[in-house]
Amino acid sequence: MGQIGRTSLKTIEWILLAAVALVFVFPFLWMFLTSFKTLPEVFQFPPTLLPESWQLENFRKAWESGPFLTYVANSLIVAVGTLILQFLVGVPAAYAFARYRFKGRNLLFGLSLIALMIPSQVIFLPVYVQLSNWNMIDTLWALILPFGASAFGIFLLRQAFMQVPDEVIEAARLDNASEWKIMWTIMVPLAKPVLVTFGLFSFIYHWNDYFWPLIMTNSDSVRTLPVGISMLKASEGGKQWNVIMAGNMMLVLPILAVFFFAQRHIIKAFIYQSK
Amino acid sequence: MRKAVASQELSGAISPAKEKKAAGAPFAWREKLRPYLYVTPAMIFFTLFFFFPIGYVIYLSFFDWTLLNLKAMDPVGLENYTNLVSDSDFHQVLGNTFVYTVSTVVLGIGLSFFLALWLNRKARIYGIIQAAVFSPHIISLVSVAMLWMWMMDTQYGLLNAILEVIGLPAYPWLTETGSAMVSLILVSIWKGLGYNTLVFIAGMQSIPRDIYEAAALDHSPWWRTLTRITIPMLSPTLFFLLVINTISSFQVFDTIYVMTQGGPVNSTNMLVFYIYEQGMDFYNGGAASAASVVLLILVGILTFFHFRFMGKRVHYQ
Repeated sequence: MGQIGRTSLKTIEWILLAAVALVFVFPFLWMFLTSFKTLPEVFQFPPTLLPESWQLENFRKAWESGPFLTYVANSLIVAVGTLILQFLVGVPAAYAFARYRFKGRNLLFGLSLIALMIPSQVIFLPVYVQLSNWNMIDTLWALILPFGASAFGIFLLRQAFMQVPDEVIEAARLDNASEWKIMWTIMVPLAKPVLVTFGLFSFIYHWNDYFWPLIMTNSDSVRTLPVGISMLKASEGGKQWNVIMAGNMMLVLPILAVFFFAQRHIIKAFIYQSK
Repeated sequence: MRKAVASQELSGAISPAKEKKAAGAPFAWREKLRPYLYVTPAMIFFTLFFFFPIGYVIYLSFFDWTLLNLKAMDPVGLENYTNLVSDSDFHQVLGNTFVYTVSTVVLGIGLSFFLALWLNRKARIYGIIQAAVFSPHIISLVSVAMLWMWMMDTQYGLLNAILEVIGLPAYPWLTETGSAMVSLILVSIWKGLGYNTLVFIAGMQSIPRDIYEAAALDHSPWWRTLTRITIPMLSPTLFFLLVINTISSFQVFDTIYVMTQGGPVNSTNMLVFYIYEQGMDFYNGGAASAASVVLLILVGILTFFHFRFMGKRVHYQ
């Protein structure tokens, strides 16, 4: 039994591993392949695996079906702008939570943690009403400001700041560095790995986000890429799946590329909350 | 742990006094103010876009109002809630949300637990498979929804082509009342499985090695090691995943909006989509805000248990 049993067991395991990988990777491959097919080929049953001829036409069609340059620019402005704001707001808060003892600290930190648990879908309605009272609906501000304070970011940075040895700060204080300066020029560089982790998390979240921009915007000039792409479905008459998939590649490919190169960082960023 | 917290409080009370002496008094009050200044911006954002809206939606739920004219608000007491209680659509929405949540949470966590047991190994290939299983988690849900909608196309979709090759009849993925819900659950599990699996693996890797070594010395069979060591040691992870998965199931919207629009005949209409429809499409702000409060209470209960349990877990460490 031993040897043969073990090899065949190993073979079965490899087949199962390949099957699992296929279930999760093949749909993306299918998106990729579909985006190069002609429309008649898309509506062929049973479907072909590889495109008969590789069409770049679909990408041009998708790109020209709306102001996609504006969508991409808006997506970048929102994702980067949100990240910068979260950084500027989060660093001082995290520093205070990590390094000071003050009345109400535990209460305020606890309140931030509650904000971590409640998703934006639960309170979008009152936020919408409020933003519309401020005439901010259909502006990029409506996509950035509500995420200005990230509970997750504050939580992560606080952990990082707490791990900085007291001596480092004492030494800086002896040099007469101001607290403000210590925070930005000593603590922040020391927290760089955490900043990268959080940056990846926040950027991917806001790049991908569909719900919030869908609700908060009505006009093309402020729409982000996910909303623009979802409109391909409606605007392209029938369902031109090849064009729709080509459009989606614009959204998916950058993230998959980043994932390929920074896999470990990204997984760490997304799994972190569990610890 | 409670003691540790208490002693922190004590030292917190003592240290400002020390600082005062060292600083020589005049600027001491400024130093005392400093942490409050540092947390103020964050607290302003949390208040404006989080705590105030929570109170505001509760307030709004006692009025009859529409997004078309926010100036005209009629106080109606509990009428929005009594309307929800008697609205059969809302009953269905709650039922759908319940079915969706229980299915995705139970199946998602169950499957990922076995996957984690299997994939929690050192060899490189397991790392690659872990990354592959995780990849849908970081992809925009709107792309995931459109991709699956295409694969679930009744006539030309990949899934029905595969079924035909195997010799099974075509499945009406998104076109019939029973099946559309199944399809949404499937997509949600597909997207979230990698996250759950990697969280389980992280939990498994934090179980101290020597416990397993002791079990091996005792010739403990694998199933006993599993039920007596692995599963109990994973209970915090399991609890975390239960809470996180349940909350994220409650907030399902994108897949519904893209793939089914709540149909066919309301069979996939769930809480957030219902709130969206009532508030944004039907201009029934009262119903939308009352339903928001219901959702808020559900998520609030889960959050409460989460923190209760997290507190205990720290306590026992």
